[in-house]
This record gives sequence, C-alpha cells and structure tokens, in this order.
Amino acid sequence: MPSEPVAVVGIGQTRHVAARRDVSMAGLVREAAQRALADAELTWADIDAVVIGKAPDFFEGVMMPELYLADALGAVGKPMLRVHTAGSVGGSTALVATNLVRSRVHATVLTLAYEKQSESNAMWGLSLPIPFQQPLLAGAGGFFAPHVRAYMRRSGAPDTVGSLVAYKDRRNALKNPYAHLHEHDITLEKVQASPMLWDPIRYSETCPSSDGAVAMVLTDRAGAARSPRPPAWLHGGAMRSEPTLFAGKDAVSPKAGSDCAADVYRQAGIADPRRDIDAVEMYVPFSWYEPMWLENLGFAAEGEGWKLTESGVTELDGDLPVNMSGGVLSTNPIGASGMIRFAEAALQVRGLAGEHQVDGARRVLGHAYGGGSQFFSMWLVGSEPPTS
Amino acid sequence: MTREIAVVAFAQTEHRRTSDELSEVEMLMPVLHEVLDQTGLKTSDIGFTCSGSSDYLAGRAFSFTLALDGVGAWPPISESHVEMDGAWALYEAWTKLLTGDADTALVYAYGKSSPGSVRDVLTRQLDPYYVAPLWPDSVALAALQAQALIDAGDTDEPALAAVAARSRDAASANSHAQLRGSVPQGEYVVHPLRTGDCPPISDGAAAVVLAAGDRARELCERPAWIRGIDHRIEAHSLGVRELTDSPSTRLAAEKAGAFERPVDTAELHAPFTSQEVVLRKALRLGDEVRVNPSGGALAANPIMAAGLVRIGEAAARIHRGESDRALAHATSGPCLQQNLVAVLEGEPRHAQ
Amino acid sequence: MTTEILKAPLVVEFPFTRSLGPVQSAFLTGLREKVVLGVRTTDGRTLVPPVEYDPVTADELRDLVEVAPTGTVTTWAWNHAPRRGQPLDTPFAWVLVRLDGADTALLHALDAPGPDAVHTGMRVRVRWAAERSGAITDIACFEPYDSEVEAQPTDHDGQFEDMVTGIVAQARLDYTYSPGRAQTAYINALADRRIVGERCPSCRKVYVPPRGACPTCGVGTAEQVEVGPGGTVTTYCIVNIKARNLDIEVPYVYAHIALDGADLALHGRIGGIPYDQVRMGLRVEPVWTEGGRYPDHYRPTGEPDADYETYKESL
Repeated sequence: MPSEPVAVVGIGQTRHVAARRDVSMAGLVREAAQRALADAELTWADIDAVVIGKAPDFFEGVMMPELYLADALGAVGKPMLRVHTAGSVGGSTALVATNLVRSRVHATVLTLAYEKQSESNAMWGLSLPIPFQQPLLAGAGGFFAPHVRAYMRRSGAPDTVGSLVAYKDRRNALKNPYAHLHEHDITLEKVQASPMLWDPIRYSETCPSSDGAVAMVLTDRAGAARSPRPPAWLHGGAMRSEPTLFAGKDAVSPKAGSDCAADVYRQAGIADPRRDIDAVEMYVPFSWYEPMWLENLGFAAEGEGWKLTESGVTELDGDLPVNMSGGVLSTNPIGASGMIRFAEAALQVRGLAGEHQVDGARRVLGHAYGGGSQFFSMWLVGSEPPTS
Repeated sequence: MTREIAVVAFAQTEHRRTSDELSEVEMLMPVLHEVLDQTGLKTSDIGFTCSGSSDYLAGRAFSFTLALDGVGAWPPISESHVEMDGAWALYEAWTKLLTGDADTALVYAYGKSSPGSVRDVLTRQLDPYYVAPLWPDSVALAALQAQALIDAGDTDEPALAAVAARSRDAASANSHAQLRGSVPQGEYVVHPLRTGDCPPISDGAAAVVLAAGDRARELCERPAWIRGIDHRIEAHSLGVRELTDSPSTRLAAEKAGAFERPVDTAELHAPFTSQEVVLRKALRLGDEVRVNPSGGALAANPIMAAGLVRIGEAAARIHRGESDRALAHATSGPCLQQNLVAVLEGEPRHAQ
Repeated sequence: MTTEILKAPLVVEFPFTRSLGPVQSAFLTGLREKVVLGVRTTDGRTLVPPVEYDPVTADELRDLVEVAPTGTVTTWAWNHAPRRGQPLDTPFAWVLVRLDGADTALLHALDAPGPDAVHTGMRVRVRWAAERSGAITDIACFEPYDSEVEAQPTDHDGQFEDMVTGIVAQARLDYTYSPGRAQTAYINALADRRIVGERCPSCRKVYVPPRGACPTCGVGTAEQVEVGPGGTVTTYCIVNIKARNLDIEVPYVYAHIALDGADLALHGRIGGIPYDQVRMGLRVEPVWTEGGRYPDHYRPTGEPDADYETYKESL
C-alpha cells in the first residue's frame, strides 16, 4: 500500500534576531507553533504528535529540552520526539514528522526547530575544548573556508562570486519580515570591502547568529481537504549521511548531498532539476556554498555553478531563484535553519511568501546540511498533490 | 494492510563502570559488528540507520558524528539520530520501515556515564529557571518519588530491597550485566533510597536490527514482531504530576495494545527500584509476569542505551523461544516523565 | 605492554543568560520582594510555581495571584551529603511544598535537623535569602513552621518596580576525558615527534589522526603506520579573527596537510612563511617545540610545490 500523502497546512516562524530577551525558551518555540496553528486554523487539541529538533544542547545549556518544553507545546499526553542531526537537524526533523503521517501512525503532526543562541554564544558552543587536541580554530567559518578555496581552485571561478551571493541574499532578506539581518543600505561594494574573516570568506559573506524558531503543521489527505489555505504537498524527501572525514572525501561536492538529491528527484519524478524545479531554498551559511550546492544538487555541471550566480539566474527575479527568504546568510538560528529552508519552500508553493514570493512557483526544493558537510536532508514540495 | 516489523537481532556490550581505554566508537563498533553478523547483513544492505545518544553525557558536542565512523557510512547511507534513548531511535526506524522506504533498519545507542558525574549532568534536563539552579540530582528526584510511594502505602524499604535483590539475582544469568548476584543494599544515598535501590553507573552500547515482513523471516528464525509501539510524555514539573502513578506509561501501553492479552515477560526500564513499583501498577503486571529477567537497569544502566536494551532483551527471549509475548518499556526524563512501550510477539511455535 | 590510559579534565562551564517570559519575570521579581506568586488556570486551579503554559490545556497563563509563604510538605527526601550547587551546604531534605492556596507543589530544600524531623504533611515556611536578585534561590530554603493553613490567594497584577527580565544561570560540569585506544597511540607517538596513523585492514587507507574505526568500512584500524614528516598543503584559509580561547596571533594560516603516506589530510597551522605566500601544493614539514604535544606548526621544506594532480584527490 503506498504511503499517505503529506500536506503542509500551517507554517509559523518568529522574527529572527540576535537575541530575544522578551521570552523564555518555551515562549520562543510557542510563538512559532502558535503561528503555524493559526495559519492552519487548528488548535493544540488537533495535533497528534510533536517532533522537535535543535542543534547541540550545550548551546542553551539545557539537556534534552523536549522534557521542559512538553507543556508549552501542548505535548502532554502525546508522543514527542527530539531529533538531532547537527546543522541539518531542521530538515531531518521535518522528514521524521512526515514519516509519522506517511506511515499513517498519526494524522496531524506539529514539527518545530529552534535555537536560542543568545543563552550562550555560537562561538563558544561550536568550540568546546577537547583535551589532547590542538586548538586551531574557533567557530565554523574556519572549518569551511579551506573547502571554499578548494572550490575556487577547482572551478576557476572569479573571486567576486561569493560577494554576489551575499549581496543577493541580504537584499532578498529585506523582503522577508522574519529575516534577522535587514541591511537597508547594503551595496555590492560594501560587501566586497568587508574584512576577510577566514580568507576567502568575508565578514559580510558569513551567517549571523540568531535566536529563532520555526514550526509547521503536517497532515494527511483528509487534513489537507480541511485546510483553509492551499497546502504544500510533499513530493519527495530524503536524508543521507557520510562520514565526517575520510580518505577520498569530496568536501566540495559531497556524495551524500548528490545522492540525497537524486533520491528526492526520483521520488518526485524530476528528470532535469534545472528545468523542473522552480526555486530553491538551500543551506548557504557562507556565500560560496551557493555555487557549490548548485553543482552538488545537479542544477549546474561540475565547475559551472558559479556561472548561474554570476549571470543572475539565482536572483529573486531570475530563472532559478535561490534563497528568496534571504537564506542562512541572513538568518541563522542553527537548529532551526534547516527547517526554515523547508518551510520557506513550502511557503513558496502555497503562494504565501509575500514580498519574496516567486510568481508561479509550483515545485520548490528545500535543502539542509550539517556536520563536516556530512549530513544532508532535503524535500521537494509542490502546489499540487503528488501523482504517484 | 500495515507492514509487520520485527526485531531480528540484538547485541550489547558487557556494560561496565568505566571504559577509559576506549573511545565511544571503539566501544560501540563491536556491537554493530555483532548485530550485523547475526543477520549476515552488511551496512550496505541496511535500508535505514538511526541512533540515540546524548552530547551532555560525556561533555562532547556532536559526539554522534564520530560514532558514525563505526557504521561505515560509505557509500552514503540514509541515517538519522535522536538526542534520546535508543528506544526512540528504534521508534523512528519503525515508522520509517512502515512507510515502505526501507525493509531493514540498524538501530544503535551508546552512552558513557563514566566521564562525568551523571547525577549532576542529569540536572541539566530540569526546568532551567525554577529547578535547574538548585541542582537536584537524579537520585534526589527518584527519592522524592519513592517517599511518595511509601506515604501512599504502595511500597516500603524491604519491598524496594526485594526488587533490588531480585534484579541482581536474575542478572547472574546475564553476562552483559554489570551488577550480578548478591549486591549489598548499602547505606542511604538520598533517603529513602539506598545504594542498592539505585542503578549502577555504566558505560555501554546496544544495537538492534529491524526488518519488515518476509525479510524478517529470512533474517531470523523466530522474529520478535512489534505488534504495537507507542510513547507519551507528561508535564515536566514534579509538583504538577502524580508521582505514584505513570499515566503516560499506561496510555502508551494502551495504544500499543499491551492490555489486549497478557504478556509473559516485561522488560521495564526502571533505574530505581521505586520506579518498578510505579510501572508495575501502571502496566497492571501481576506476579505471573517475569519482570526484568535480564536484571533490568538496576543491573546495568548505560544511559541512552538502557531503554533500547530492554527492547533487545525482550526480543532476544522471543528469538530463543523463552517468551511468546513480551512488553518492553523505556523511559526518559525525571521520575518517569516520558515513557515508551513496545509489545513484541513471536509466532506460535510449531512442532518440528 | 599495557599503555597508560590518557585522561584529562574537561570542564564545560558557561554563565547562561536566560531571558524570562512575563509570568516568570513576575514570579522571580516577586521573590526578590518576598512575595510568592502563583498563576490561575481557566478551570480555577492555582499553580505554584507559576508556569507559563497550562500543563493540561496548553493555554497561555497570565492571571497571577499572591499566595502565602507557608505551606505543606507533600513529599520529601533526606539528603545527607549535599552536592555542589545545591541550596544548603549542610544536610537537608529535598521537599515538594504545596504553598497555602496552591494546587501544585514547588521543589526546594528544607532545613531541618535530621530525617526524623521531616514528614509528609508537615508545615513549613519560606526562609528568604538575605540578598535577593530575582531568582529561585531568593528562597534560601524552607524551614519548619507550624501555622494554620491560609488558603486565600489574592489577585496580583505581577508588576513590581524594576522588573527582573532575565537570570544568569552559571553552570559548570566536570568531566574526565579519555581519548581512547587509537588516539592514545597517536598522542604517545607525537610525544616522540612521530606522526603515526593507522591502516584500515579492508581498504588499506592510512588514517591520520587515527580514530579507531575506518569510517568508510566500519571496521577497526590497528596497523600502525608512520607518515610524513613532509607533506603537501592541499587547501587552507587565512584566519583573521582571533578567538578568545586560542593562543595564536592573527592573521595565521589554517591548512589541510596531506602528509606523505597518509590518505587523509590533517589540519595544522602554517608558519615560517608570510601568510599571503602560502599556496596549495606547498611542501611543508612539522616544527616541534620543546615539550610540545603536537607540532607547533608546519613550515616550508623548500622543495618545489607538489603538482596539482598529485593532491587534487584530497580536495
């Protein structure tokens, strides 16, 4: 028997900022959850299960926070799961939630992801000391910068490509009321003049650290029929992992990423992603990951991803818009970022993305990655129910 | 017609007080090999992998990314992780198999309690504003629950001591258990709980292979079919909950079909003797049920794997023909806040 | 030959800054002012401590009431050996106390002479801390106090002067870290200024640093293989932001170095060359300092750069 189709009928997120000082952790997730419920015109009582995801517990200093959050999320008396797959967690969490509906274990599931980074700080959380290991880096940028350099070398891309991505994503963010960074006076020159943090990655090409939460209500066919607004339909979803470091790893275009995309495309009947997919929300925490992921996801041939960026194809009004929401470069509550990509993809095909809506977006890819470029989760959502 | 999913293999470490000479992956890997060897499968044959662990236990963020090295995730695999006991990783894998995306799943869990002070680490689970700043350790919280049971007339210290003795006595037959045979009940740790009422501090790992339908029959002579599995969570604050009962366990058991027919065996994840009293009541287990023949968490408590071990132990008894219908339980959070119940059955044995 | 097990302390500590929701803010500010607040649910229960969301209905709760600082013990546990961070240094009882007027209980400590002086149902009252800042520890503990039950909570608007909007929750956990067999062997070799990896018996790749498992094959590595000393920079970045816990002056070059004989690049700092002259393909060798646990940095050997073809697989 084929699995149950899954519809996204409610989406909510908080206005992402450097620090939310007006709410507790429960208040933060609650805000996103309530907005999702309101969007779906449902109440807590309509939810059968809760699936929550976030990045390492050390970030907020709360171990297994689903225990403390159960009351706030109406989960008392219900099943509650907490997923953790490093940076891709927001995406994986959504996929775990879809499995509950696809398998018909539950009809309507609330899924959320969050990070309240300001309880500690991102740099500390990502750089906990490990004895006997030589401390060489603090923060994530230094880890990924060498891979960016490798990509630049392999592809021969002009070194301005990264700044084009940052400029685009930050301008897109101005059209997204929930995005963290709203740089009203941004110019390409400012981006290119910003200091190098981990050469070749500049300050303005680096994601911020944000407090934020995102929530979605997923339901089955029957639930979708009752939805007050058009649902987004799941056409395909997959997760792939590969080891953190291994001999022969392609850190620039990890096989786990391309395998994951291939699985999603197969499920969704996508033969040519460049042609069949209308827009992409991909996890780009450092600007150069846009051309790298464009290649990894099959939108461009190897070494050619930067050409799509440079020629404006990935602009909001381009032929294949990427990160219409402003992306991770504009908003990064680490545990939530993957799910924000998934949610933004769903907003697009529902026609509810407001000022950053891509006209006629009918099939949009949401993408998340994490760890040492090793965990990937992706979904493809459409405005129509899946045919298979 | 819903797919039938079974536990077809189970392996665990010999749980120990410390494992300083091994990293987490070095501790875990033999268990992965063993469980795959039992089925003859290789990593590339497995359709989905899911694990459970907690960064906080050993003070390592992202520790599960290194544990993945033990799986051999190349070519890339479909894989997920929960920051919960492996029993919930098994639940996630079960739902994945139900979708039909995969026919087999590898589920594993590991935890080293020895690096830190577990009693204090677990305080980080508590309400960060009103409770965690007081650092009430895990034994203290269990003791509050135990006293409530004593006040209600549900138990007394001799009865608790009997649970402890029975558990470790049963563990004599379990080479993987840590506390085996006669263990002194000892002095109070936090009154009314004595050393004997508390679990040992254990390092350990466990793994299970799940398979669907005919695939399960190919891989295992007598699969332990998961007839039902469900989990529920209660409110967080101890002052709001009824500590002498476990409504979430009862509800999960109902949803899993546990009450439809009697079980002959129950593996209960009760790290404290007093918690077994609560669980027996919630699950309506009479004296005719064999409770914790493995010794339970009182004999070995590799946190993050202990719940998965309960499911594995129950399944293994079915595999061996020692049980026909078993209940396995896992818990998470202070004083049984969250509970999972699985009902496992073996097919009726035919005369050979 | 038994290898000594390497261990080192690992402290995870941070002063977490936790912002409060309105109900929490009112409660904790109230404690500073020696007022105990609870919150009313829609079905008329009074919850103390006041939580933000109803555990039964999930409704947001806002209606605050003041309750008495006296109450009844609903369960207890005698703690003869207080641990770090706990409310009292001397033996005490953990208690759940249902304050008069409340339907739920609050968890705290009771200062009593011994377990014989504690019982469920006994009457207690708050002992306030001498210095209060708006935290649960403004209640220093409870103490025995015989009194009549005063069960009349009164409405309270939750407003005080100078509301507390956040708490600082200092949390420290001490761990003992042991690197495990493979890394221990690696660390011990480093002490002899040797870089030694391990070969996978299946794929034959040499892993440096060794991790005990070959990540692609999922089998244990064991065969020791010395690599280097020379190696090739495969890629790198120039770090310009100095991190607080790092003792390295910026700018510095953080590089992936494929040591001769290793199948995986390890990570190290490049020194002995202006940072802007570092390039992919640069041949380097480790520089050891007296008593150092690992190479302090890698410096150019002076050999011609490695051909791109020879290391591009490592990218």
